[in-house]
Amino acid sequence: MSTLSYLEAARLALAQEMRRDPLVWALGEDLGRGGIFGQYKGLIEEFGPERILDTPISEAAIMGTAVGAALVGTRPVVEMRFADFALCAVDELVNQAAKARYMFGGQGRVPLVVRQPSGMWRSSAAQHSQSLEAWYAHIPGLVVVAPATPADNFGLLKAAIRCEDPVVYMEHKDLWGLTGEVDERADPLPLGVARRVREGSDVTIVTWSGMLRRVEAAAELLDGGPSAEVIDLRTLYPWDRDLVFASVRRTGRLLVVHEAVQTGGFGAEVAASVAEALFDLLRAPVRRLGAPRIPVPYAPPLEEVCKIGGAEIAEAVRAMVG
Amino acid sequence: MAEAPRANLDAERLLAHYRMMNRIRAFEEAAEAAQKSGEVKGAIHLSIGQEAIASGVCANLRRSDLIASNHRGHGHTLAKGASPAAMMAELFGRATGTCHGKGGSMHIADFDIGMLGANGVVGAGILIAVGAAQGLKLRREDRIVACFFGDGAINRGPFLEGLNWAKIYELPVLFVCEDNGFAAMTRTASLSAGGGPDARAQSLGIPATLVDGNDVAAVDEAARELAQRVRGGGGPQFLLARTYRLRGHTVTDAAGYRSAEEVAAKQRDEPIGRCAETLLVAGRSEAELALIAAEARREMADAVAAAREAPWPSRALAWADVQDVGSPQEARR
Ligand SMILES: Cc1ncc(C[n+]2csc(CCOP(=O)(O)OP(=O)(O)O)c2C)c(N)n1
Repeated sequence: MSTLSYLEAARLALAQEMRRDPLVWALGEDLGRGGIFGQYKGLIEEFGPERILDTPISEAAIMGTAVGAALVGTRPVVEMRFADFALCAVDELVNQAAKARYMFGGQGRVPLVVRQPSGMWRSSAAQHSQSLEAWYAHIPGLVVVAPATPADNFGLLKAAIRCEDPVVYMEHKDLWGLTGEVDERADPLPLGVARRVREGSDVTIVTWSGMLRRVEAAAELLDGGPSAEVIDLRTLYPWDRDLVFASVRRTGRLLVVHEAVQTGGFGAEVAASVAEALFDLLRAPVRRLGAPRIPVPYAPPLEEVCKIGGAEIAEAVRAMVG
Repeated sequence: MAEAPRANLDAERLLAHYRMMNRIRAFEEAAEAAQKSGEVKGAIHLSIGQEAIASGVCANLRRSDLIASNHRGHGHTLAKGASPAAMMAELFGRATGTCHGKGGSMHIADFDIGMLGANGVVGAGILIAVGAAQGLKLRREDRIVACFFGDGAINRGPFLEGLNWAKIYELPVLFVCEDNGFAAMTRTASLSAGGGPDARAQSLGIPATLVDGNDVAAVDEAARELAQRVRGGGGPQFLLARTYRLRGHTVTDAAGYRSAEEVAAKQRDEPIGRCAETLLVAGRSEAELALIAAEARREMADAVAAAREAPWPSRALAWADVQDVGSPQEARR
């Protein structure tokens, strides 16, 4: 065990996978100098410029060439720098990577990982703050992962790299510096398995990525009040229906909390699934907490409007438990 | 490609450039300090060392002409005529900012002076400029559009698509590529094939002029010629201005990927000092030039002081200007 940051954990996972499999390689802007956040620091020294490939500012080409390289059996790790810039490569991801295997009748596979640093961080405003995981969860063929802790960023990135399917891998920018215990010899985590972070009996709170910390804070705030069970989904597609359903069967209440815009967010999928399957034993209507449907504004007091804090979550829980 | 003719600007015009470049420099230095002190929160990209391009190009635009910019847009915006107080307030996220604090540095816009926006997405401004030019043509207006982008942007699809588009429809766009040698932390030359941005433009039939982007008189002369051609119906034109980014990519970038010697050598070539030399030779006094620089610094210090005192935008503003149909409401998510 060692104490690593979320960023270091991912870097270690990538390095280990690159040592294990010579066909794993990474491509993106500024990777030769460690990447914009330092997630690739030191890797070019170890693996050389062919496997830590510095690319032009050409997102469509970065993603598109990764698809081609994956089809011939290599395992590209695509760095998009900010999830917002991955929008410059959506055709390559959605029309090509996600579809190739199916359209071609199973002849090819696209085992790539697209890293998309997401979420609000340091007043980055409308084009550098988005959480777009629901878009990708909607696309058949894609796996969507959103780690919330250093240990998960280690285990899930390894799993994503070994996965035969294209994986959209959304790291939260505000978590880069978060530290935690990481077992450097741990196996990859299974994709699609959520984690019960905290046990509780009155309400199940499902969350992921940067919101986990806020939800944990809310659960603390509630201490002595309603008891909240907290589940970190970790993988959004496929998502762990079994764990969530089992929890809601016990608590009878579901609250989904995410940073992304609430309208059409992935919380809607979780909430609707629970309502469909478990309606008869729900003790309260399912609830979602997400951002308002506004672009992320720059000024800190306006950006606050998009953020969901522990107090707001606790408040929602109290209202549900009544 | 055409080399820009040797510049021989009259001293008054050069002095105006000197003033503008000092204002841009002073704005950037004030913004840099405010970021370091934590008062400006979002990332900012400084144009220190690149002032001559903004000043030289915008001097050849009318107030009614348009510009589209990129993430490094403070200089373009000031040179097009924006109020530094409103710009600084935007960086501070205040209600008095150009965008009421909703955009920040990377989204400064001022439509009143024809500034269609900085941009957080590399290359995106190119298509906005081309589209604006198409709109102006449709409206039979004789305004033109200048589009600023970096050498890094030429490797994105919108560069090819936008230049091709502008040429086939013969649109009134002046493309201005600010070649500062870097794309964030990477030297652009190592990742750009062929003969450079100007060669790419020429391959599409767009005339391209190469200019020393740190020589404000040369930029002014070249831009004047190209803007005249664009205005006269000559179709899109391309200006490649070579310069150097004296600061890191952002204020927080320590730029460890280049040597201090390299930066020091480039510092000797920076445009304000060069302009001052020419002005001194032309008979202007040291004192006059120092006064101009001091005035610029005072103006920007005032802008900072005003921004500091300015009110934050009200929460209600967060909900404004999203869309008309189905406008979001605070009460309902
Ligand atoms: C589509 C897109 N990709 C990547 C980025 C991140 N990024 C911001 S500025 C920049 C470098 C741009 O270089 P250049 O266009 O030459 O402008 P300069 O910064 O040198 O002024 C990069 C890669 C972005 N903003 N948009």
